[in-house]
Amino acid sequence: MNDALSLLLLPDFWVAVLRIATPLILGTLGVLLCERAGVLNLGVEGIWVAGAFVGWLAVYHGASLWGGVAAAALAGALLGLLLAGLTVGLALSQHVSGLGITLLATSLSYYGYRVAFPKVSTPPTITPFAPMEWLPIPILNQQTPLTLLALVLVPLLAWVLMRTPLGLAVRMVGENPQAAEGQGVSVAAVRTGAIVAGSTLMGVAGSFLTLAAFNAFFFNMVNGRGWICVALVVFASWCPGKALLGALLFAFFDALQLRLQQASGDGLPYQAYLMLPYVLSIVALVAVARNAGYPQALMKPYRRGER
Amino acid sequence: MRIEARTQVSASAYALAALLAVGLPLLVSAALVWWAGAPVAPTWGLMLKGGFGSVFALSETLTRAVPLMLTGLAVAVAFQARLFNIGAEGQLYMGALAAVAVGGLHGGTGLELPPFVVFPLMMLAAALAGGLLLLGPALLKQQLGVDEVVTTLLLNFIVALFISAMLDGPMKDPAAMGWPQSVALQGELELAKLVPQTRIHSGLLMALTLAALVWLLMRRTVAGLQIRAVGANARAAAFVGVPVRRTVVVVALLSGALAGLAGALEVAGRASYLTLDMSPGYGYTGIVIAMLAGLHPAGVVAASIFVAGVLVGADSMSRVAGVPSYLADVIVATSLLSVLVAGWLLQRRVVWRRPADRTFAKAKEAAP
Repeated sequence: MNDALSLLLLPDFWVAVLRIATPLILGTLGVLLCERAGVLNLGVEGIWVAGAFVGWLAVYHGASLWGGVAAAALAGALLGLLLAGLTVGLALSQHVSGLGITLLATSLSYYGYRVAFPKVSTPPTITPFAPMEWLPIPILNQQTPLTLLALVLVPLLAWVLMRTPLGLAVRMVGENPQAAEGQGVSVAAVRTGAIVAGSTLMGVAGSFLTLAAFNAFFFNMVNGRGWICVALVVFASWCPGKALLGALLFAFFDALQLRLQQASGDGLPYQAYLMLPYVLSIVALVAVARNAGYPQALMKPYRRGER
Repeated sequence: MRIEARTQVSASAYALAALLAVGLPLLVSAALVWWAGAPVAPTWGLMLKGGFGSVFALSETLTRAVPLMLTGLAVAVAFQARLFNIGAEGQLYMGALAAVAVGGLHGGTGLELPPFVVFPLMMLAAALAGGLLLLGPALLKQQLGVDEVVTTLLLNFIVALFISAMLDGPMKDPAAMGWPQSVALQGELELAKLVPQTRIHSGLLMALTLAALVWLLMRRTVAGLQIRAVGANARAAAFVGVPVRRTVVVVALLSGALAGLAGALEVAGRASYLTLDMSPGYGYTGIVIAMLAGLHPAGVVAASIFVAGVLVGADSMSRVAGVPSYLADVIVATSLLSVLVAGWLLQRRVVWRRPADRTFAKAKEAAP
C-alpha cells in the first residue's frame, strides 16, 4: 500500500492522469453541450471512433497533425449534422438515432480501415504530437497541445453557456423549448448548432487517441470511453467546470488502476482493475442520482406548434 | 408547402417508405463496394448467394439468426415498456457463463444428475443470470431515476472483463493450450442438429417457440397489456391501477432472461464452450433487429433472418471478393436509420397549399 501511495507523489503519475483525462474532457464537454440543448447524443462512442480513424488517416496520407485534428472535427460535425437531422429535423427517438449513429460511424471506420489496409499484421504508424516542452509549467509541459486545447475549452464553454445570449438560447431550448420559441429563438437551429458543435468536440476527442496518446489506429480502441462521457455529464450536473473535475477524478482512478495492476502482480486478476473505470461510472451515476438536475427537455423531441 | 402529421397512410406512402428503407442501404453499400474497387453487382450477388443461395448458406444463416432472434426479442420486450435495455450483449454472456457453470462444471462437483434434469437447470440458470443482470439497472431507474441506457451499456464492458477473468481462472479449460476458453459442456447436453452435415441446431425451434410465446404474452394476456401500458404512459398506467414497479421488474427479468438464453443456446447449440469472442455484438444487433421489426415478435423473426443473412453473406463474399466483411455492419446500421426515417415518412404528408388558402377559396365559392 505504501508503494501505491508513493506512486502518487511521482510527477509521472500526474502526467498520466492529465493525458487520460484529455479526451474525456473533450468528449464530456461535447455531450454536455448537446444535452444542455435537450438532446442526448448516444452517437458519442461512434464519433470517437470516426474521429480517431479519420484524423489518423489524414495524417497518414500527408496532412499535418492539426490537419488531422481538423479532419476529425469535420467527421464529428458531419455525423452530428446527421444526428441533428434525425432527432431535431424529424424528431425521432434520441436513443435509437444515437445508437444508429454509433453503429454507422464505427462500422464505416472499420470498413474504411480494412479497405485502406487490407493485409497488415502490424498497424501502420504516424508521428504523433510532441509534448510542449517549451512550456514552463511542470506536468503540463509533458502534454500535447490538444490537452491545452481541452483545458482552455472548459472555461470558454462555461462562459459561452452562462454569460452569452447564445448560451442562454442553448439552455432555454434544453429547458423549455416552447418558451424559447415564444421568445423568437429557433429551437431547431439552436439544437442543430449545439449537436454539430458538440459532435465536433467528440471527433477531436477521438483524434487525441490516434494523434497524441498512440500513433496508430486499432479496432476497439475507444472501448466504451464515449459512454463514460455520458455518465460523466450526469456526474458533473451539466456544468463544464465540474465536467473537468469529473474527468480528472476519473482519469486519476484509471491511472491508479494501471499502476496498481503493475505493482500488485498477484492477488486480484488484472480484469478487476480494468473494470474499475466502468464500475466507478455507475457508482458516480448512482451517487448523484437523487440530485441530478437533468435539463427539463432532455430526450423530449420538440415539434413546433405541438404541446 | 408544408409537412403535417396524418393518421391514414396511403399506398403511395407505403411504397415510398419501403423504397427508402431498402434503397438507402443498397445505395450506401454500392458506394462502399465501388470504393473498395470491386464490381458492385457481382459483389451483391456473392453476398446473396453466401447468405441464402444454398442449403449450406441457409443453414449458416439460420444458425446465426438464433441468438439474434433472442436478443431481438429481449430488446423488443424491454422497449415496449420503455425500458431501454442496451445491455443484451452482457446478458448474453452472463447467460452463456451460467450455462457452462451448470452444464460443464457439474461433472467436477460430483453432481450426478441425468441430462434431462441438468438441461432445464442449465437453461434456467442462463435465464436467471441474464434477468438478474438487467434487474439492477431497471431498479436503479425505477427507484433513483438513474438512466438505464448508460448503466446497461457500462455493464456490457464490466461483464466482458468478468468473463475474461473467469476464463483465465476458475472456468478455464486446462486442456485448451493456454487459450482463454471455458471447459466444454457435457456432450449429452448439446443440442441436436436439425440437418446433418450443417450447424443448424434445435435451438432454432426453441427461439421460434419463444417468439410465439412472447407474442402471446404481449398481445393476449393482462401482463402484456400492462407492459404496453407502462411503455405508453407510465403515469396514466399507475393511475388506472397498473402495478408499474412490478411490471418493470417483470419486464427486466423477462428481457434479460431472453438475452441470457441466447447465450445458453449458443453454447449448447453451436460452440459447446465459452470464448471471449463468442458474440460479435449480437446484443447490439438485437437493438437494430427490434427496431426493424417495429418491436413485433414475428417481425423480430423475419428481421433476424434478414440480418443474419447479410452477416453470413458478407463473410462469404469477403473471402471471395476481398471486400471487407464490415460491409455487413454498415448495411445493418444504415437499415436501422433508413427504417427510422421511413417510419417517419409514413406518418407525414406534404400539403402543397396552406389551409388558410383553402378556407379562403371555399368562402369565395360560397359567396354569391
